[in-house]
Amino acid sequence: MIDTNLLQLICFYGFAAVTIGAALAVITVKNSVHAVLSLVLAFFSTACIWLLAEAEFLAIALIVVYVGAVMVLFLFVVMMLDIKMEQVREGFIRYLPVGIIVALVMLSEMLALIGVRAMHAHVMGADPAAAAGLSNTAWLGGALYTQYLLPFEIAALILTVGVVVAVALTLRQRGDKKHESASEQVRVNPRDRIRVVKMAPSRPDEPTAGPPQPASPETRP
Amino acid sequence: MITLSHFIVLGAVLFCIAVAGLFINRKNVIVLLMAIELMLLAVNMNFVAFSRFLGDVGGQVFVFFILTVAAAESAIGLAILVLLFRNRSTVNVAEIDSMKG
Repeated sequence: MIDTNLLQLICFYGFAAVTIGAALAVITVKNSVHAVLSLVLAFFSTACIWLLAEAEFLAIALIVVYVGAVMVLFLFVVMMLDIKMEQVREGFIRYLPVGIIVALVMLSEMLALIGVRAMHAHVMGADPAAAAGLSNTAWLGGALYTQYLLPFEIAALILTVGVVVAVALTLRQRGDKKHESASEQVRVNPRDRIRVVKMAPSRPDEPTAGPPQPASPETRP
Repeated sequence: MITLSHFIVLGAVLFCIAVAGLFINRKNVIVLLMAIELMLLAVNMNFVAFSRFLGDVGGQVFVFFILTVAAAESAIGLAILVLLFRNRSTVNVAEIDSMKG
């Protein structure tokens, strides 16, 4: 019988290893499609880690919003653009050492700053949502719809702006498209379109060459 | 037993991987955008961990907003990228210099 805490720890290390491996794959693989798929894996295993931290709503939201929407958008864009790989890859080796050095220095600074040993004192206690007698979603939603209502509305506004901007940026007007201009239609003057012609009356028994031509009004396109 | 440092260290490692990605993928804007997504993920990891360990709902609410803004940001960023590729036929950062920045 394995202890629950030990099982949690094993799961954490497993998901953390998958996350880090996938993150490394994102920044190193040649093919951009593979990079997007690795990022999906990283998001997925992060969602599993968040489940271990009992942040269920955010874990599901990460999968639904990120894997389901944002990453699919990335995948569409990557597949739509015809990227020449050999050109994109040049300079990879040149910048690799500086990238590794900066990352390692930054990591060591961060680890020194946050004090790993001191943090070991904070053992994961009871779930705060469960302590309040709520599910994680109810706990989060209660705060979101009361205390953070205005930011929530602003977030909706930001998403709307995002949709409008994305469409406005990528909308392409074709040159040969036929469209009607409403303002031009309203502003039209009847005198520009039709000309009434006065003609002398003609008798039908008058000898004419051919049938009488009806007075055709001149029209303008 | 999972402690707070587990989550924080994982977040720090993810963030540093993303920074390294920004450095080594100087030619591909798409991978740069993905590295930014990784950074946001690392930050979200910290928020979730602190929210869980301090018992404060604010951290998780903030992650919610970060997810929202990041989704809008990546949508607009990809739209700009599509526009850029349509006009310049490249995703190379070094060639996108028409603004002389």
